[in-house]
Amino acid sequence: MSELLNNILFLPEAASTFAERVDLLHHFVVGTTMVMSAGVGLAALFMFFRYRRRLPAQATEYVVPTLKTEFLFVSVPLVFFLAWFGIGFRDFTWVTTPPKDAMDVYVMGKQWMWKFAYPEGPNGVNVLHVPANRPVRLLITSRDVLHSFYVPAFRIKMDALPGRYTQIWFEATKPGTYQVLCTEYCGLSHSKMLAEVVVLPEEEFDVWMKEQRRGRLQDRQDALADTSLVPPVARMVEQGQVLAGTQGCLKCHSVDGSQHIGPTFLGLYDRVEKLDDGQDIRVDEAYITQSMMDPGAHLVAGYQNVMPTYQGKLQGPETAAIVEYIKSLRTANVREGASEGPAYDAIQ
Amino acid sequence: MTPSSSIASPGAAPAHDEHHDHHPSYLVDGTTIKSWLLTVDHKRIGLMFLFWVLLFFLVGGIFALLIRVELLTPGPTIMDAMTYNRTFTLHGLVMIFLFMIPAIPAVFGNFMLPLMLGAKDVAFPRLNLLSLYIYLGGAMLALWGMLNGGLDTGWTFYTPYSTHTTTTVAPVLFGAFIIGFSSIVTGINFIVTTHTMRAPGITWFKMPLFVWAIYATSCIQVLATPVIGLLLVLVTVENLFSFGMFDPARGGDPVLFQHLFWFYSHPAVYIMVLPAFGVMSEVVAAFSRKNIFGYRAVAYSSLGIAFVGFFAWGHHMFVSGQSTFVGGLFGVLTMLVGVFTAIKVFNWVGTVYKGAVDFKTPFAYFCGFLFFTVFGGMTGIALGTVSLDVPWHDTYFVVAHFHFIMVGATIMAFLAALHYWFPKMFGRMYHEGWALVSAALIILGFNATFIPQFLVGNNGMPRRYYEYPERFQALNVASTAGASLLAFGFVIIACYLTYALVYGRAAGKNPWRSKGYEWLTESPPPTHNFVGPQPTYPEEPHFYVDPKKAEVPDAV
Repeated sequence: MSELLNNILFLPEAASTFAERVDLLHHFVVGTTMVMSAGVGLAALFMFFRYRRRLPAQATEYVVPTLKTEFLFVSVPLVFFLAWFGIGFRDFTWVTTPPKDAMDVYVMGKQWMWKFAYPEGPNGVNVLHVPANRPVRLLITSRDVLHSFYVPAFRIKMDALPGRYTQIWFEATKPGTYQVLCTEYCGLSHSKMLAEVVVLPEEEFDVWMKEQRRGRLQDRQDALADTSLVPPVARMVEQGQVLAGTQGCLKCHSVDGSQHIGPTFLGLYDRVEKLDDGQDIRVDEAYITQSMMDPGAHLVAGYQNVMPTYQGKLQGPETAAIVEYIKSLRTANVREGASEGPAYDAIQ
Repeated sequence: MTPSSSIASPGAAPAHDEHHDHHPSYLVDGTTIKSWLLTVDHKRIGLMFLFWVLLFFLVGGIFALLIRVELLTPGPTIMDAMTYNRTFTLHGLVMIFLFMIPAIPAVFGNFMLPLMLGAKDVAFPRLNLLSLYIYLGGAMLALWGMLNGGLDTGWTFYTPYSTHTTTTVAPVLFGAFIIGFSSIVTGINFIVTTHTMRAPGITWFKMPLFVWAIYATSCIQVLATPVIGLLLVLVTVENLFSFGMFDPARGGDPVLFQHLFWFYSHPAVYIMVLPAFGVMSEVVAAFSRKNIFGYRAVAYSSLGIAFVGFFAWGHHMFVSGQSTFVGGLFGVLTMLVGVFTAIKVFNWVGTVYKGAVDFKTPFAYFCGFLFFTVFGGMTGIALGTVSLDVPWHDTYFVVAHFHFIMVGATIMAFLAALHYWFPKMFGRMYHEGWALVSAALIILGFNATFIPQFLVGNNGMPRRYYEYPERFQALNVASTAGASLLAFGFVIIACYLTYALVYGRAAGKNPWRSKGYEWLTESPPPTHNFVGPQPTYPEEPHFYVDPKKAEVPDAV
């Protein structure tokens, strides 16, 4: 039934957990609206015929709706619309809230290609490898203009914004190769900004990842040809450590928990910080990125607004590397409270 | 169709009727070029708007066809990528700013509003003329920019692309900025006219529903247009002088641009479609010879759409990185627009109940309109369902949706208005048979063009694609075939209406036997709208009740 509907509606293959939810609601909404529209249309057609003009000067009755009719006109659509919205919003919240044990991949859009970087190792252009049946969180940014990361088979899409990270997650259900399209107009070769997601069975993915870590080139040379994304040091954490030094982060931020001009990086990630306006904020990728680009936006209480902006000084991957470095500086008890632990084995 | 030799000049009243010699129709009251270009008569200004709006519709339509031909094959077909990007930008800009927004308010609003209110003119006739020239000035500047350098940002001008592109952005933005003033001036004029110039007897709840719709539209125009004016200036300044307003490399925020842009451009959808709703309320009442089923519900829902329309803009940004909560909020508010629209649809269908339907051309367009509004509105509700919008956003599904509701509904209403009021404006009749044939062609062609686009969008084809993966081709071919059918329909209309303009038989005062207020005067009306004593307005418009009490007027 669902398969038939998918074919009638030209829906692409559904290959993620979110896709199943979307398609279900899609069928509900499309089905109901078509029935309702047909009802209204047929009623209209019937009346066009039933009440056709028989005399040129025919007069008509003065008909006004009763309060009950008007109430029906408002309430019937309202109930349906709100029901759809309720289900849709539940699913939307679900897809915009990644599970804690999701595997992270950094995605960077650039005119006109997609670059992917794994915190634990390899990076590549236009081919994203992910394991099946494991949640994957995409941290998406752009180097130049707006792009939008779209995988029709997963039914997910998220804009890539320069100077900012957005996130979305998915759990692929079937191994295979799926197309990635850019859906935000980004200039001349917008329609050529294609990539693919290769979903591997879990064991194969682990083997693949290990091979990448050993630096052995695979047949998918395009995934590996690009060396500009991350300089020779393959691990983002190590690159972030170097950058934190060369960019001057460590002049003000300690990494051992000691007091300094800025908050310490130790255990910073996932910590709840008190801001100078009295609000609380959980330190995540978005907050760290924002603090690099616009340090005064959410100042941690007790610190002066003295940090210069790194907007334009750091490129997308460099920002990502520093974020990963800060994430690596988690203390044991922070990890205990916040994370359910990684769902995948550390690649070493 | 027989050429009527008794008529001396287009639209003149029959020569033997001496009475009219002292009150010539507005069409022949002054025949010099100057008397047209410097006129302050709302009817002549409406007619001049009609001319320009149709011209720009032709330009936008030609570009639409070029786009469809290019998309016939997956790879390059007739142009290169840069030309294609400029073509869809031009198509969008011309259609939205130069056709859709002014189409019904500036043409039929200008022409009919004073007639429907029993007024001699709009409140500020000179300002009205000014709005025409502001519109033309802005249009010329924008078109000049598009032809010299060309613009490839899409009509949405999203930053930071629009501040980075090497194409000529500034003149086009400035042109659109100028056109905005025309919109504001027209809006103010209509609001003041509605408030101050209603004839004795026309209370607020006896105003024709077209006036209600134009009034609600004008409120949106006056409130929202300044925002896009401000935005266009900011982008121009950023583009020319490298301000850091929207470009993150200079400390700006591209999402701020989207918020400001859609704060205007979402209500702008209702600037296009509310007047269409107004036209349809008149048409369905006139051709089913009934009072509107729930007059107050339809009137209030116009205001409701205008109001809620201001709080729904964020549904264009569900996947822009705005917070989940905000996405939900805008989702709910979007649903309310759907409810207000549903009220209108039910009441239009209810109007036919116990009516006397005369299936003339405007009513044929009403049928098409009903279909497009329901189908377009329902797909809009589907898009407002946040999780469904995630895959659909920026795909052809959205393209099809807004063409259905915004373009389909508006064009149906524009054509219905053109056919319904053609006798009033020109005093001539067109050929009913050809008109029905072309209406059928256009409705069919429109469906054939855009239903495949819903499906190709479902399948995942993003919009603004010059090349596309091969699996999308079949549906694209279907869409292009539909577009040619659609274009053919318009060619037929152009032919028989031009013919009718010169050779059409005299229409008489009220060929539809309509009880809309605008039919109380001559067709075409004299310069100051009414001859002799002003008509009286004892009943609400479209009151076709008991023939003894209120006679249905004869066709004169």
